[in-house]
Amino acid sequence: MSSTLPANEASLDLRSLAGRRQEMSSPPPAGRARTGAVVDRVFGWTARAAAVLTLGLLVAILFSLVVGAWPAIEKYGLGFLTSTTWDPVTLEFGGLVMIYGTLATSLIALVIAVPVSFGIALFLTELSPAWLKRPLGTAIELLAAVPSIVYGMWGLLVFGPILATFVQQPLQGLFGNTPVLGALFSGPPVGIGILAAGIILAIMIIPFIAAVMRDVFDVTPPMLKESAYALGSTTWEVVFKVVLPYTKSGVIGGIMLGLGRALGETMAVTFVIGNFNQLDSLSLFSAANSITSALANEFAEAASGMHQAALIYLGLVLFFITFVVLSLSKMLLARLRRHEGGRA
Amino acid sequence: MSTAEQLLRAADLAQQRERMYMRRKRVNKIALALSLAAMAFGVFWLVWILWSTVQLGLGGLTWAVLSQMTPPPNDEGGLLNALWGSFVMVTLATFVGTPIGIMAGIYLAEYDVKGWLGSLTRFVNDILLSAPSIVIGLFVYAVVVARYRQFSGWAGVVALALIVIPVVIRTTENMLMLVPSALREAAYALGAPKWKVITNITLRAARAGVVTGVLLAVARISGETAPLLFTALNNQFFSTSLSGPMASLPVTIFKFAMSPYENWQQLAWAGVFIITLAVLGLNIVARVLTRNRI
Repeated sequence: MSSTLPANEASLDLRSLAGRRQEMSSPPPAGRARTGAVVDRVFGWTARAAAVLTLGLLVAILFSLVVGAWPAIEKYGLGFLTSTTWDPVTLEFGGLVMIYGTLATSLIALVIAVPVSFGIALFLTELSPAWLKRPLGTAIELLAAVPSIVYGMWGLLVFGPILATFVQQPLQGLFGNTPVLGALFSGPPVGIGILAAGIILAIMIIPFIAAVMRDVFDVTPPMLKESAYALGSTTWEVVFKVVLPYTKSGVIGGIMLGLGRALGETMAVTFVIGNFNQLDSLSLFSAANSITSALANEFAEAASGMHQAALIYLGLVLFFITFVVLSLSKMLLARLRRHEGGRA
Repeated sequence: MSTAEQLLRAADLAQQRERMYMRRKRVNKIALALSLAAMAFGVFWLVWILWSTVQLGLGGLTWAVLSQMTPPPNDEGGLLNALWGSFVMVTLATFVGTPIGIMAGIYLAEYDVKGWLGSLTRFVNDILLSAPSIVIGLFVYAVVVARYRQFSGWAGVVALALIVIPVVIRTTENMLMLVPSALREAAYALGAPKWKVITNITLRAARAGVVTGVLLAVARISGETAPLLFTALNNQFFSTSLSGPMASLPVTIFKFAMSPYENWQQLAWAGVFIITLAVLGLNIVARVLTRNRI
């Protein structure tokens, strides 16, 4: 990373040297040198403009969301976040149902995905025979490339029914009359709802988290691991007591990255969550709604005015949450990298 | 203390140590078995999803799917207009987004490695890379659709291009960083101006990597649904005009899969098969390209 900097500095010196030499030698190809310098400057400015454009994009997104949501922000303020009414007919809006749906599905996804990703990373870095590392790593990365709409449709038409028949119904049979657990598993056995969405999200974010974990496990200095092995540690002890503490911030960064993905995922959730605005039952199997699914379903048909503003407000809330989560992830990953840089 | 006692204590200690050792070994075995299970779990989903896509999609894939328009419910038809719309919008978005992405990537790798603008751009770009794509859709709706009071193919192109940019920036920057600085220095020593060094030396050396980034970006936007929902909307007819609503494969799949009609669901599966094949194919080509290069 830092190796390119000296090159640039050196180039500056070289160019000023070259310029001086041209002044002295005769006759200088003045025209060509001048157009060259102009092209150079134009090229540099274009590159800079492209970078500034990217920066501006984020600002523009934030600005346009705030402007679009302004009527709703003005009317509801922060009370929007705690109200459960969502009534396009009487134009009364509150986002709690969707915010709950987004957070609950992402939480379920994390609970499933984190241990599995850890296992995958452990397998790929410590256990797998060398010839299997590449194909298995590729398989996991391909899982990340599958478009979310494929997950969604598969979740709705293939996975949902299986979940209802083989998981929900047995659970209802077992705990149907138990007070708390019974409520958790209640609802018609159609296989859509918070749990289904959480599981599909977990499948989607496993590759992201696993890939980051694998990469950060790989940066652990072999010396550290070998010392632990030499003291007689088992593989598990090396990973859990040496590698994991060393890569802690990177691992958390990877988890945050997965969380950011889960929070913003639209299609996979929209297919399986059921798109129903309710918070009466906390059942894992009852249809619910998330920020993204509400946007996907309602926005194109929403009349401009308060309904649209409320939806954009929801989008703003989502953007804010993911922004915070992703920034944290980025900072934690950067911390590990700096750590590593200091060591090298 | 008698010798017998000492011997007994030693045996006891040895036994304790042995037990602890066995426990550690057991924990290790369980953990490794669980790790193997996690790996199998991950691969299991990939195989299952691919298998149902092939099984349900291949059956519905007929010539009519590629040659006819999207039908009304319970009627014969295909996905031609959706395939066409996706093709047009993805192509244009790639052409719009790629140059901007490459230029910004060049800026980050060649002009501003450690400066504040470079660091800030890198940070923002990483956020945009994982930002919810539906928010991009909202943004384009506000900027393009609401202004012209018309859902349009162009709005879809803009939304997709905004998703292309961060992907291309990221890979371009990473690939340029891999080019050894000795190459740059050699070119500068020959008196080449910076823009020539970049276009003729570093960018050329990183060509395969940059192409990979573009391919990955194409793969990513081919499957994107959320940003098109309220920009390009949908269209049940074949349309060559980008100033009106335009069909796309993902949005059509979304509409058809959520419907109760048998033939629509069948078509949706065929569409999912096509999209999965295309996206995974692009990813594999991209991977092969970089493997040979570096």
